[in-house]
Amino acid sequence: MNTAQPSISIKVQTDDFDVASEYAAMRTNNTQDGAIVFFSGLVREMNQGQGVTGLFLEHYPAMTEKSLHGIVEQACERWPLSKVRLIHRVGQLHVSDQIVFVAVSSAHREAAFDACHFIMDFLKKRAPFWKKETTTIGDRWVEALEKDKMALDKWNINDK
Amino acid sequence: MINILFFAQLKELFGQASVELNIETPCTVAQIKQSLIHNHSAWAEQLNKPTIMCAVNQDMVADDHIVNANDEVAFFPPVTGG
Repeated sequence: MNTAQPSISIKVQTDDFDVASEYAAMRTNNTQDGAIVFFSGLVREMNQGQGVTGLFLEHYPAMTEKSLHGIVEQACERWPLSKVRLIHRVGQLHVSDQIVFVAVSSAHREAAFDACHFIMDFLKKRAPFWKKETTTIGDRWVEALEKDKMALDKWNINDK
Repeated sequence: MINILFFAQLKELFGQASVELNIETPCTVAQIKQSLIHNHSAWAEQLNKPTIMCAVNQDMVADDHIVNANDEVAFFPPVTGG
């Protein structure tokens, strides 16, 4: 297990991000980790059956970072992670834009794969973001999917 | 007096981002919902949905959570980030 506190970076921003510089930051001053796993989420052209032309991401500013920190801290308690970097964009986005980025590093790959997956599953169910899509037939709020709720079950956490 | 925030569909359907509610505290989240519905009957359909989420002081809570004076209460639909 890690004795040092994990280094955590969490950002909620309207600006785009650069995966290469995030990856470089994960490697900087890091001689102990053998594994980095990252996930990036993109705006799809087709979602729930309609042609999407754009996406607006609303959030609850006072709660967003607190909620993301809580999710990352749970991951750090569960796996021996040394670095976590998380970025979530808000505001107006377009098809193929990057929305979210999660990177975790650990001595071994199993912890890194699992922790990255866990953070994304929890973020989708617990972090206060809402997507409103501009589609070819008008604007509409994206409905929460049952599969995202089910995704939490595999982590064996009592989540109401 | 409790300040209540609404987000996403709720904000649009209720036509406001927040409302001040005059209610005796401490009370439960369920009592706040009932009081809001009492004042705004048109909000019943949304606030009675079992999927509606509530945060008190920026933490997710259940309907039996106790709310105190000056707490920040927020209602919103299921989240869809990521």
